[in-house]
Amino acid sequence: MATQQTRSLARFMMAPSVVLLLVWMVIPLALTLWFSFQQYNPLNPIHDGFVGFSNYALFWSNPAFLQSILNTLVLVISVLLITVIGGILLALLIDQPMWGQGIVRILVISPFFVMPPVAALVWKNMIMHPQYGVFADIARFFGAQPIDWFGQHPMTAIIIIVAWQWLPFATLILLTALQSLDGEQKEAAEMDGAGFISRFIYLTLPHMSRAITVVILIQTIFLLSVYAEILVTTNGGPGYASTNLPFLVYQKALLEFKIGQASAGGVIAVILANIVAFFAMRAVGKNLDK
Amino acid sequence: MKLRTLTLGLLSASALAFAAHAESITIATVNNGDMVRMQKLTEDFTKANPDIQLNWVTLEENVLRERVTTDIATKGGQYDVMTIGTYEVPIWAKQSWLLPLDKLGDDYDAKDIIPAIAGGLSVDGKLYAAPFYGESSFVMYRKDLMEKAGLKMPDAPTWDFIKQAADKMTDRANGVNGVCLRGKAGWGENMAFLTAMSNSFGARWFDENWKPQFDQPEWKKTLQFYVDLMKADGPEGASSNGFNENLALFQQGKCGMWIDATVAASFVSDPKASKVADKVGYALAPDNGLGKRGNWLWAWSLAVPAGTKKADAAEKFVSWATSKHYAELVASKEGWANVPPGTRSSLYANAEYQKAAPFAKMTLDSINAADPTHPTVKPVPYVGVQFVAIPEFQGLGTTVGQLFSAALAGQSSVDDALKQAQDAATAAMTEGGYIK
Repeated sequence: MATQQTRSLARFMMAPSVVLLLVWMVIPLALTLWFSFQQYNPLNPIHDGFVGFSNYALFWSNPAFLQSILNTLVLVISVLLITVIGGILLALLIDQPMWGQGIVRILVISPFFVMPPVAALVWKNMIMHPQYGVFADIARFFGAQPIDWFGQHPMTAIIIIVAWQWLPFATLILLTALQSLDGEQKEAAEMDGAGFISRFIYLTLPHMSRAITVVILIQTIFLLSVYAEILVTTNGGPGYASTNLPFLVYQKALLEFKIGQASAGGVIAVILANIVAFFAMRAVGKNLDK
Repeated sequence: MKLRTLTLGLLSASALAFAAHAESITIATVNNGDMVRMQKLTEDFTKANPDIQLNWVTLEENVLRERVTTDIATKGGQYDVMTIGTYEVPIWAKQSWLLPLDKLGDDYDAKDIIPAIAGGLSVDGKLYAAPFYGESSFVMYRKDLMEKAGLKMPDAPTWDFIKQAADKMTDRANGVNGVCLRGKAGWGENMAFLTAMSNSFGARWFDENWKPQFDQPEWKKTLQFYVDLMKADGPEGASSNGFNENLALFQQGKCGMWIDATVAASFVSDPKASKVADKVGYALAPDNGLGKRGNWLWAWSLAVPAGTKKADAAEKFVSWATSKHYAELVASKEGWANVPPGTRSSLYANAEYQKAAPFAKMTLDSINAADPTHPTVKPVPYVGVQFVAIPEFQGLGTTVGQLFSAALAGQSSVDDALKQAQDAATAAMTEGGYIK
């Protein structure tokens, strides 16, 4: 049991890292806040100065703004659904004893080793390209018209790419949870006459619930900031069809050099991310307290 | 032991003396083939200038643009030589961010630079960047498919002819599209093409009072023609095709015609990279008989930022990389066809170059057909053929590019895209203080 002294010592020793982490977070956030109230365009430095909330108003009234919020949410929710459901199914599958299990497992998790821009390039040019992509070849083989993924269904295309990247993560975490399930419990349920579906619903799924929570929370954080896949494949288009919030902020900051508006967008993104995180924690985070 | 210490001491002292004497300059450049070749050939420069060391920062075009713009606008001072284009030069020179290049040496022969290119890189008659390679745009077409369609490409076609030829060449069953054009959003992607095209339809971005003109019939004609042409004869997924995607399509024989940068000519006529290398013909960009053709003008150029402390060394390097001597150096090592094109009149008078590059004459004619100071049929308050040389343009151009790309993908109508473009342009110009 820790004494008063050891507790004080621990606090004292932790203090530098806590301070460092705070500074690490506070300085960029403070600068973003500061710039969000400034008219600052480095390319046209005539109008510099404090402008109140006009950057927020401009960002808010941008025709791409609402669309980008919607796209961000659609992306997060769709990818979560695909990866959690797909992850559970895959975990169940590769948990079965089978020949070449090790190789199958490596194959399943391999997309996770690919960098997002590389994955996006491969999907764009080799798989989904309407002229020489694999999907187009398959469509033509069956006499169908190839799908113009990035022109006609840009969000679907991005969701597929991002889900492909995150499915291994979900599978891996869920498989670990699955493997920690006591074999005797399964056997007992089986002897009591519970079928596969009953066993899954009443035994396996509750056992995996904490792992599912972890997957949802971690993925939500990363999915809110998806950017590389959009930059590489659709550039946010056509129109604003695949612009999400991080991409809109990037556009404002580094294509238009409207630092004030981009900072306002950044602050809005932080607030929205916190709202989403709050609800996610309320909805699923309770599992973690058990 | 003593001797060793002494030797080491002497060595480090001399190294220090050398370091103090040698000057190192940092050059930011784009990862295009011509620039990569330049890096390989720098021994020629460092041999002649042993007191100058070169550090390279080589980046992909969009990243380079972000980095150098951020660096110069925030006075970061990371680079002594920057690779920039005709868009940046007039804006940056007016902000006094660039040094005028007046010490390029006696044998530099600045008058040899093609006038249209020199004009795009000068402000008030002073050269602020030296062109490394220049380009316009023109029509590249498949001679065999043209013949099969029973047509003959004139040297200076009209848009109607292009449409007619594209309709006849399109053979979707065999994967041949009549025409490939840029559709990927971006001020340097689809808007470079569409702005140049709109000039030949009599359209303009702004009137003399900076009022946006997307509500005018000329723009409607331009965009409608483009969308109809691409829907009927363009490749699948055209709204995500930029320069590189179209280059790949053309090289694989999937395009009857391709209207794009003149530098592409050396790639489509290279038998190692192109399946159709021996079947490519060239023609000027199309027009509508209004006095302007739909071709652009661009030069990747080397400039010296005003913040550098090593201006002399930087200018020496710029002079070397853009000189006649450099062209001869490339020719001697890699052949005349690989000399950076589009910057010097003397190159186009060179018989060896003409022989090695069958597209040389059409490239020069295209460059000469572009006038950045009078780009449109009606008068405009701006400079630039396929862009408007104001700081707001790269943001606005990309936004409008997104809207037009949506019209091409069929996600919005031509009328909607134009209306939104007009609104976006009006907002940007009001925010920038150009209009009230």
